[in-house]
Amino acid sequence: MEIIVCIKPVLDPDLPPAKFMIDTPKNRVVPPAGIPFVISPYDALAVEAALRIKEEKKEGRITVITLGDGSADSIVRKALAMGAEEGVIISDPAFEESDGFGTAQILAQAIKKIGRYDLILCGRQAADWDMGMVGSVIAEYLGIPIVTRAKEIKILGGKVKVERVITNGYETFEVELPVLITVSNELGQARIPSGWGIIKAAKKEIPIWSVTHLGSDPLKIGKNAVRNHLLKLFVPAYERRCDMITGETMAEAASRLAERIVETKLI
Amino acid sequence: MAEYKGILVIGELEEGKLAPIAKELLGGARRLADSRGEGVSLLLIGEKGTTFAQETIPLGADKVYIATHPVFSEFHSDSYTFIISEVCQKIQPALCLMGQTDLGRDVAPRVAARLEAGLCMDCLEVKIDLEQRCFFQTRPVYGGKAMAVMASTPGRVQVNTVRPKSMVPLSPQEGRKGETIILHDGLDPSLMKAKITKREKLPLEGIKLEEAKVIVAGGGGLGGPEGFELIKELARILRGAVGATRVPVDEKWVPLSMEIGQTGKIVSPDLYIAIGISGAAQHITGCLSSKYIVAINKDPDANIFKISNLGLVADYRVAVPLVTEKLKTLLR
Repeated sequence: MEIIVCIKPVLDPDLPPAKFMIDTPKNRVVPPAGIPFVISPYDALAVEAALRIKEEKKEGRITVITLGDGSADSIVRKALAMGAEEGVIISDPAFEESDGFGTAQILAQAIKKIGRYDLILCGRQAADWDMGMVGSVIAEYLGIPIVTRAKEIKILGGKVKVERVITNGYETFEVELPVLITVSNELGQARIPSGWGIIKAAKKEIPIWSVTHLGSDPLKIGKNAVRNHLLKLFVPAYERRCDMITGETMAEAASRLAERIVETKLI
Repeated sequence: MAEYKGILVIGELEEGKLAPIAKELLGGARRLADSRGEGVSLLLIGEKGTTFAQETIPLGADKVYIATHPVFSEFHSDSYTFIISEVCQKIQPALCLMGQTDLGRDVAPRVAARLEAGLCMDCLEVKIDLEQRCFFQTRPVYGGKAMAVMASTPGRVQVNTVRPKSMVPLSPQEGRKGETIILHDGLDPSLMKAKITKREKLPLEGIKLEEAKVIVAGGGGLGGPEGFELIKELARILRGAVGATRVPVDEKWVPLSMEIGQTGKIVSPDLYIAIGISGAAQHITGCLSSKYIVAINKDPDANIFKISNLGLVADYRVAVPLVTEKLKTLLR
C-alpha cells in the first residue's frame, strides 16, 4: 500500500486573534516572532488517516510531500515523527506565490515523479486560505477519482470504502484504487509524535526537489500563473459595544438580562 | 479568443423545492449582469428541474437550461462536474456562481480545473469592475480572522461559490420573459468511478439552525453533555434552535449537525445566545451576521464579549436556569 499525503505549513490557527497581524501595504500576514508554523490541522488529520490505514493493514508506506520554504523541513519531520516513512520537500523560487492551481500542478508532478501510489490524502482545506481546492484539482490533473471531506477510510482489497460528511448526514462511497481523498475534522484527533519517533525523524534525509526535478511548465506555476490577484487583506471590524449586565446578586443580574432580552422584541 | 459574457447560476433543489440559495444567487447575478447589460442563465440539473423552470424566470433568469438525462437524478461529483463544465463551454459565461454548499464545495474546484478558470470559494460579496471588466470577490481567510478581496482576470472564466444568505433574492417580477432549453447531454455511468453505496441523513432535532430566528448555542465552557440540557431548556422557552461550537462536537457531547462555525453551519438568526463560548475566530465566522448577540461566560476577557451586544459574566450553571425562569415569567 503506497500512500502519499500532501501537507502544508501554516501559521498556527490557534494563535489568539490579538497576535494576528497584517502588514497592510504588503497585503501579508505577519507571523509573530518565535511562533513556529504547524502542519495545517486538516493535513495533520490526513497523516493520521494514513497511519490508521497502515496500522490496520499491517503494511504500507507513507510519503509526505510539502511545497514550501523555511518551515517545510520542520513540518515534514513532524509527520515523519508521527510515523510516516518518507518525506519530500519541493522548493524553488519559481514555485513561490503560486495559487491553488499552480500548487496542485506542482504537487501532481511530484506525485507522478514518486510514481507509485494507491491512495493520495489531503486535508479538506488549508487553515490559511480556506479554499478547499488543492486536493480536488490534483485529482483532476492526475485523472483519478476524488472523494472530499472523509470522516472514515477503510481499505477493502483493491477498493476503498469512504464515509463522507455532508451537511445533514453522510454518504458512503466505494472506489477502486488509486483515489484521492480529502480528510475532514470528523476523522478525530491527530496523534502526538512519540519521543522515539522524533529522534528517528531528526536523522532522516529529506530530498529537496526543484523545477529541474519536476520539469514544470513555467506558464502554469508561480506568480505569473496566478488567476485571481489579492487586492486587499484586512482584519474585519467585528466589534460591537457590549453592555455588561451586573447586579447585587446573580439572581438580580440574570433577571435583568432576561428583561433586556425581552426588550429587544426579537422573541 | 472567446469573449465571455453573462452569468451562469447553478440552481440547486432542496427537499423537492427550489433551494433558497438558488434564489439568492439569481438575485445577485441579476444585479451584477444588469450593470453590464448582460444576461443571466440558470442551470437546473436533473429532470425534476423542469417543474421549477417557470418559477425561476420571475426571479431573474433569462435562459433556463435543464439537464434532464437520468444520470443527473441524484447528486454525484463526477456527473455534476461533467455537466456544469459542458454548459460553461457551450455558453461561455464570464462568471459561474454556485452556493458554498455540499455541491459547490465539491464541484467548483473540479469545474475550475477543467475550464482553466479563476476560482474563489465561500465569497461573501461579488462586485463587478466595469472598467477593467473583472470581478472582485470578498472572502474570509485564516478561519475568519481576516478578509481577502480577490480580483479575477479579464478574458478568463471566473467560478465562485457564494455563502448562503449573502446575496438577496429579487421579489418575483410576474410577466418577466425567459426561455427554457432542455439539454440531452448525458454521461456513461460507468465513467463515474466513485460509487455511492449509502446515503444517510442524520435525524434533525427541532428547528433547523439555518432557518431559526433564535439560536442558543453552547461551547467547550459547558464542560460536558449535561450542560446542553440547560441550553435546550432555554431554547425551548425562546422557541429557538440549539447550536454548538466545535469542541462539544469533537468531544461528541452533541451531534455534528449542531456545529456552528467555519467547519459547520453558517447562521444568521435575529437573536444568538452564546453560552460558555470563548469566541474563537472559527466559531465567530459562523454566527457573526446574527442581529443581536448575547453572551454568558465566566471569563470577563473572553473574546465573545467583543462581538456581543449584551454580556453577563457568570457561571452558566447558576445563571442559565435563573435567566430561563425569569424568561418563563416574562413571556407567559
